[in-house]
Amino acid sequence: MLADPHFGYIAAAYVIVAVVVSVLIVWIRIDYRIQRRLLHELEERGVRRRSQKRGETQS
Amino acid sequence: MSETVSTPSSAIWALANPTKFLNFIARLLPWLTGLTVILFVVGIYLAFFHAPADYQQGNTVRIMFIHVPAAWLAMFSYSMMAISSVGLLVWKHPLADVSAKSAAPIGAAFTFLALLTGSIWGKPMWGTWWEWDARLTSVLILFIMFLGLIALWRAIEDPIRASKASAILVLVGFVNIPIIKFSVEWWNTLHQPASVIRMDGPTIHSSILIPLLVMAVAFTCLFVTLHLMAMRNEILRRRIRTLRMMEASSASVRQE
Repeated sequence: MLADPHFGYIAAAYVIVAVVVSVLIVWIRIDYRIQRRLLHELEERGVRRRSQKRGETQS
Repeated sequence: MSETVSTPSSAIWALANPTKFLNFIARLLPWLTGLTVILFVVGIYLAFFHAPADYQQGNTVRIMFIHVPAAWLAMFSYSMMAISSVGLLVWKHPLADVSAKSAAPIGAAFTFLALLTGSIWGKPMWGTWWEWDARLTSVLILFIMFLGLIALWRAIEDPIRASKASAILVLVGFVNIPIIKFSVEWWNTLHQPASVIRMDGPTIHSSILIPLLVMAVAFTCLFVTLHLMAMRNEILRRRIRTLRMMEASSASVRQE
């Protein structure tokens, strides 16, 4: 496999897929943490949805 | 309140409540994540240690195990957006627009990967990074459509209005999906004709077909996992928007 004349192309393709998928996963997870933090800040200021009970935290 | 509308699937409507949906996601995600990881480990192992080199392409055929699933998922994610758009416009499902909007960046990423891995595969095999044939051009158009939809959602501030405009655009653009699929039959293309989903069955040997199908299922699980995570983010984003508007209006009431 390593001796294959096109090994560089194969490796580049797999590395790029791994990088893009990793960036996608990290981006979505960071976005989740940001939304949770913003929700937490709003709850601390006492801003709640009508259906949300006191002490209940949003996901 | 009694139900007066007949629904296509009670499971879809049982999760229409965003809070129930978030609880469902919280329980489901660890399993989906684990399944995705296992499928990728098995798929990559099969791709490199089980599948033989192709008699013409040699080891370069192993690019197929990421290129073809990425392309399939590009079309699958756009189809999910189209189904969600129908759910919004016809049945007004509360989470339909959340589903459509959150699928777009993931679909764009898969389309980008399909184009890039195809280009990397094309250089050694076809002698060119790119060709303006029907398959490649229609997939590039799909990529541009994804970007346009993401831009449209961001351009309109009100999520409801943004969703309606985007839903119509998604459904109009859906004509590109059968064009992509049948482009290799309707036109003379550098891209090869269908080898898997065809009337006479696959033309690929099982030693290469099975790793391909395992990787396709792995990519599909990855899409579903990321889509659910992105839907969760979008639900929380809309809650924040609503709460901020409540906070702003109660502050202005206090000032009066």
